[in-house]
Amino acid sequence: MIKDATQAGQSADSPRSGQTAVAALRQVTKRFPGIVALDRVSLEFRPGEIHVLLGENGAGKSTLVSLLAGMQQPDEGEILIGGTPAVIDSPRRSMDFGIGAVFQRVLLVPSLTVIENLMLGGSWARALARGAALGRFHELSTLLGTRIDPNAPVSGLSLGEQQQVEIMRALWRDEKLLLLDEPTSMLTPQGVADLGRMMRRLRDNGVALILITHKLLEAHEFGDRISVLRLGSVAGEIDPLRLKTMNEAERTDTVIRMMFGVAGTDAAPDRNQSQELAILLGRKLHRANTVDRNEPAALSVRSMATAPDFAETPLHEVSFELWAGEILGIAGVDGNGQKHLAEVLAGQRPVRQGRIELAGSDITRGRVPERRQRGIRYVTDDRLGEGTVGTFSVATNLVLKEIGALPYWRHGISDWDLIHRDARERILRNDIRTPSELTPVGKLSGGNVQKVLLARELDAEANVAILNKPTYGLDLHNQRLALDRIVAAAARGVAVIVISTDLDELLEISDRIGVMFQGRLAGIVENSDGAGNRVRRLMTGAAAA
Amino acid sequence: MRTQSPIGTGLTATLLRVLIPVALALAVGGLILLVLGKDPLGYYGYVLQRSLLRWGGAQETLTRMAPLLLIAAGLIVAFRAGIWNLGGDGQFLLAAVASAALAPALSGALPRGPTLAVCMIVASLVGALWSLIPALLKARYGVNEIITTLMMSFLGVSLANVLIKLVLRDPDTTVPQTRSLGVDDRLPRLFGTTVHCGLVLAVLAVILVHLMMTRTAFGLRLQILGANRAAAVHAGFRVERLTLVAFALSAGLIGLGGAVEVLGVWGTVRADWNPAFGLLVVPLVFLARFNGYAVIGFTLFFSALMVGGESAARRVGVPQHYVLVLVALLLLFLALVEFLDQSRRKTSTA
Repeated sequence: MIKDATQAGQSADSPRSGQTAVAALRQVTKRFPGIVALDRVSLEFRPGEIHVLLGENGAGKSTLVSLLAGMQQPDEGEILIGGTPAVIDSPRRSMDFGIGAVFQRVLLVPSLTVIENLMLGGSWARALARGAALGRFHELSTLLGTRIDPNAPVSGLSLGEQQQVEIMRALWRDEKLLLLDEPTSMLTPQGVADLGRMMRRLRDNGVALILITHKLLEAHEFGDRISVLRLGSVAGEIDPLRLKTMNEAERTDTVIRMMFGVAGTDAAPDRNQSQELAILLGRKLHRANTVDRNEPAALSVRSMATAPDFAETPLHEVSFELWAGEILGIAGVDGNGQKHLAEVLAGQRPVRQGRIELAGSDITRGRVPERRQRGIRYVTDDRLGEGTVGTFSVATNLVLKEIGALPYWRHGISDWDLIHRDARERILRNDIRTPSELTPVGKLSGGNVQKVLLARELDAEANVAILNKPTYGLDLHNQRLALDRIVAAAARGVAVIVISTDLDELLEISDRIGVMFQGRLAGIVENSDGAGNRVRRLMTGAAAA
Repeated sequence: MRTQSPIGTGLTATLLRVLIPVALALAVGGLILLVLGKDPLGYYGYVLQRSLLRWGGAQETLTRMAPLLLIAAGLIVAFRAGIWNLGGDGQFLLAAVASAALAPALSGALPRGPTLAVCMIVASLVGALWSLIPALLKARYGVNEIITTLMMSFLGVSLANVLIKLVLRDPDTTVPQTRSLGVDDRLPRLFGTTVHCGLVLAVLAVILVHLMMTRTAFGLRLQILGANRAAAVHAGFRVERLTLVAFALSAGLIGLGGAVEVLGVWGTVRADWNPAFGLLVVPLVFLARFNGYAVIGFTLFFSALMVGGESAARRVGVPQHYVLVLVALLLLFLALVEFLDQSRRKTSTA
C-alpha cells in the first residue's frame, strides 16, 4: 500500500493499481454454436486504470463486452462486481451495477437534442427533469473537458462529438466502469487525441476504463495495463509495473508474440504474418509503382458537384484524374463528402454539375447498369445496408448487379442452375466461407460478406473500381486479404479509388492520396516520404501544402 | 422461393408446418365454441359437409375462390415488392362496377367472348388507375402507402356507390343496381357445373405470378426492392418505375378479381354491395408466405370455411365472423410453430 501511495505521489497520472477491482471475470466461458467465444477467461478491471483489451476480430472481445453490458450470460464462471458475484441479465442491470458502455456504432436518436438523448435513460414513470439533467451535463462536461451545446440536435454533431455524448450517457449515473468498444475506428487523429485526453481525465478521477481495440499503437498510447485476447483466451497480460519498464520495441515484441502465439523469439513469422504485423504497426509495404501518367487518364472528373441531401455533405468543384493501374487513396474525416463521391462515380447519385469521363467518353448521365457495363465497380461501405440483401442467398447477391443480363438471364428468365453453379465456383475461387451458395448472405461473417462484394466487383471486366472503407470492421486477416485483392486489381490495370478513414492503410497502398474536406477535394498528395503529415494537415482544413 | 428459403427441407416438414397450426387453430377454436355453448364437432362437421362434401356446396366453394385468388395474386406482387397495398376493396369494387356497367352495354354489339375480354381488361385498368395516386406518392415522395391505399379504398368504395345510385342505375329496378348481364352472357360455366371459368383464370394468374416472382429477372428485382430498397438503388434498378409497375400489376389483378366476380356470378352490382374481400385475403397471403401454390391451398380452406360458415350462421347459430377468428388463430399458431421450429433448429446445431 505504501508503495502504491508513493507511486501515486510520484506522478499525477500514474494508475492507482492494487485497489479492489471494480469488476472481474473469473474463469468465464461462453459458447456459441460451433465455437467457444470465451474460454475460461479471468480478468480484473481496477479503478484508475485504463485496461486495454487487444485482439483480432473473433478473439472474443465483443463477447466480453456483451457479457459486461448484460446482453449475454456466461455459460460457466462468474462475473464479480465490487468483489461479489453478480448476475448481469439485462443492459439496465448492467447500468445498475455501475457499468457504462460505448459501442462501435452510435446509438443516439439523431432528431433529438443532446440533452434529450441523455435524459432518455431515466425512469419512464418520472417527469423529465431538465434542470437537473443540465446540471449533470455541465458536471460531466467539466469532468471530460468537452464543449458541446446541450441543445444542439445530435444529427448536427460530428462523429467525434456524438461519441462524446455517448460517453456522457455511459457515465450519466456516475458509472465506475466505462467500456469503450473500438472507439477510435470512426475518429480523426484529432478526435483520437481528444478521446485519449478524456480517458486520462476519467482515469485520474478513479474510473476503471476498458478500451477494446485491435490497434497496437492505441494500446501503447493509452494503456496502463494490456491484456491480449486470442481465440477466446487471455494470451497474456502486461501489468502497469512491467509496462513501465519496457521500451516501445519491447512492448511491441511482447504483445505481438501474444497476439499471434509465436512460440519462441527466433521463430520467423511467415509472409502472411509479417504482412499482418505490418498493418498492425502501420508500416508501409513496398508496392511497385507502374503507373504511366503520360497515357490518357482512365477516369477524369471535372468540377463535379452534387445536390445536398438530408444530413449528408454534398460535393463542390471536385476535379481529379485517375490512371489505369493506379490507386488513389481518399482520406478525410468521415462525412466530408466521401459517400457522395463514391455514389456519384458509381452512378447511383445524380451529378448536379460537372462532367465525368471514362477513357475519354462522357458518362456523366449514365446510370449504374450502363456504368457497370463499361467496367465501373463500386464496393460500398454499407455492406449489409445496401451492398447485399441479407435474406437472399450468396448466389443471388453475387449476381445482384447483373440481374436481367446474359448469361444468367435469357429473355428475362432466370437460369438458376447456371447462377448457382457459377456461384459455387466463385465461392471456391474467392475463398468465401459459407455452408453453401444458398445460404443467406446475412448469416456470413463480416469478412465473408466483404469477400462476396469483392468477388462481385473486382471481376475480370472491371476498369475503374471505387472502394469505400474496404477494411472497415474486418479483422486483420480479412483486412489483409481485402487490401491484397485491391492491390492485385491495380496490378491488373484497374484504376482504383480507395476511400478510407484509416490513413495508415492509405499510406500503405496508395500511389496518391486525395483529401476530402467539407465536400471539396482539399488536395492530392503524392505518396512519398512525409505524405502522412501533409495529408493530416489537409484533413483539418488547412490549405494545401 | 427456393433461393431464399432459410428453412424448409422436405415435403413432409413443409406439410407438418402447415398441418400442425391448422390442427391447433381448430382445437382452440373448438374450445371457444364450447365456451359459447356450441358443439364444436357438430359445427366443424356441418361446415365440412356443407362446403366440400356436398356437391352444391363444393361448387359454391370453388366459385368463391376465383375472386379471392385473383386478389391474392395481386397482393403477392405488391407484398413481395415491399408495397403494402391495402386498398384492395376500393380497387375491386370500382373495377366490378366498371365491368358491370360495360358488359350489358357491349353485349348487344359484340359477341360474348370479346365483350367479356374487353370488360376484364377495362376492369384491370380501372383497378390499376385507382392505385396511381398512392403509387406516385410512394415512388416520388416515399409517402406511406398503407395510409394512402386505405384512404383511396374508402373513396373508391363510396365512389362506386355514388356511380351506381346516380349514373349507372338501372331504371327498371327498385333497388339501385346496375343493369343486369343476362345469364347466357356471363362467364362460361365449367363442364356443366355452376363454377365459372373465372376460377381457371384465377388459378392461372396465381401460378403465373408465382413463376414471375421466382423465375424472372423482373420478379427478382421486385423481390429485392421489397427486401432491401437501398440495395435496389445500389444495384441500379429504376426504383420509381418498379414501384409504379408493382402497384399497377397488383391493383390490376385485384380489379380483374372484381370483374370475374361480377361477370361470373352476379351479373350486376347493387348499391352498398361490398364483400370486402380485399382485406380478408391479406392474412391468407401471409399464411402462405407469399408462395403462390400455398395461396391456392389456403384460399380453398378459407373459401370452404366462408361458405360453410355462412350457412352455419343460419343453421347452427354460430356467427359468421367466427371464421375470421379461426383465420386469426391459424396465423398465431403458424407464427408460433415457425418460431419454435427455428429455435429448435438453433439449439440442435449448437
